[in-house]
Amino acid sequence: MTLWQLVIAASIAVLALKLAGYLVPPALLHRPTPARIADLLTVALLAALIAVQTLGSGQALVLDARIPAVIVAAGLFAIKTPFIVVVIVAALVAAGLRAIT
Amino acid sequence: MTPASDTNADKSNSTTDVTAPDPLDETRQQRLAIREGLAVGLATAAYGVSFGALSVGAGLDIWQTSFISIVMFSGGSQFAFIGVLAAGGVGAGPAAIASAALLGVRNGIYGMRTGPIVGTGLWKRLAAGWITIDESTAVALAQPTPRSRRMGFWVTGLAVFIGWNITTFLGALIGDALGDTRAYGLDAAAAAAFVGLLWPRLKRMQAVAVAVAAMVVAAMLTPVLMPGLPVLVAALVAVVVGLFNWLGAPTERDPASAGPRPSRPRGRFMGRRESRS
Repeated sequence: MTLWQLVIAASIAVLALKLAGYLVPPALLHRPTPARIADLLTVALLAALIAVQTLGSGQALVLDARIPAVIVAAGLFAIKTPFIVVVIVAALVAAGLRAIT
Repeated sequence: MTPASDTNADKSNSTTDVTAPDPLDETRQQRLAIREGLAVGLATAAYGVSFGALSVGAGLDIWQTSFISIVMFSGGSQFAFIGVLAAGGVGAGPAAIASAALLGVRNGIYGMRTGPIVGTGLWKRLAAGWITIDESTAVALAQPTPRSRRMGFWVTGLAVFIGWNITTFLGALIGDALGDTRAYGLDAAAAAAFVGLLWPRLKRMQAVAVAVAAMVVAAMLTPVLMPGLPVLVAALVAVVVGLFNWLGAPTERDPASAGPRPSRPRGRFMGRRESRS
């Protein structure tokens, strides 16, 4: 597949899922198991993406400036720092460490 | 909106204040909903810049980046898609699509809740579906009256849509000009963005356990599997834990509270009426 085909397929898949929610009877929400799995699915995917984005470099695991940046970010989120500030600080931490090493 | 759908919206959101609105209060509630929606729109728009820059850094061009922000329009899915592509290239395409789609499942769940708020009409529901995301759902469900919920949903959804697409485009232009995004720490910024999306969801023991397990699984499988797949396999942790409800609350007590709730990534804007969730 070309990059454009991937972009279009993924975009349409996510949009279709949104629209599907308006077709499904809300009663399904009252069944706890599917609702709980969907909830935890988001948690698991985001957590896995953090791990891969922080440690991965292709198929290798690398310990670099991203780790302190992510730890600082988690600390800032814990004290309710606005999202954009945290993202910028994380970038600065990583960029700063790379500049001096 | 029919009375039946009101009941539905209330039932599906156990944290909503269900007392009947004072008519004098209604205008004030709507104004608060509008202000909340615009504040969330602004905050979200600010980090659209980082998505645009990262997307270009992952190898997409400016137009592909904008297409994703317009059509996919869901932050988590967008970051996941470019994250997997950045690690594995076009070869990881199917895994990138699957990651984006799996993260998009929750928008479908939100739609079941926002459907009754939006009301009927094909075009209205199509437009509403398009802008059904964490932010619009969270603001809508945090409002106390049906009309302020509807107002909160549309204002937030449209504000985020417009702001996000403008700043994504600007970010793509900036990323294009920067060249090596690693030198500017943008790879770390992407990881931090995921932390920010995850953080508000870690209020229960079960969610924390799933997050830690998924991180370990994804990290351990990274050297073994092709890029993209470790994230998908880690998602199985959620299916297993969710299916058997390990470390979870008993289901009989309050089934509605087990439902996925929109996170409040910009919780500071919504603290005013937020109850424990």
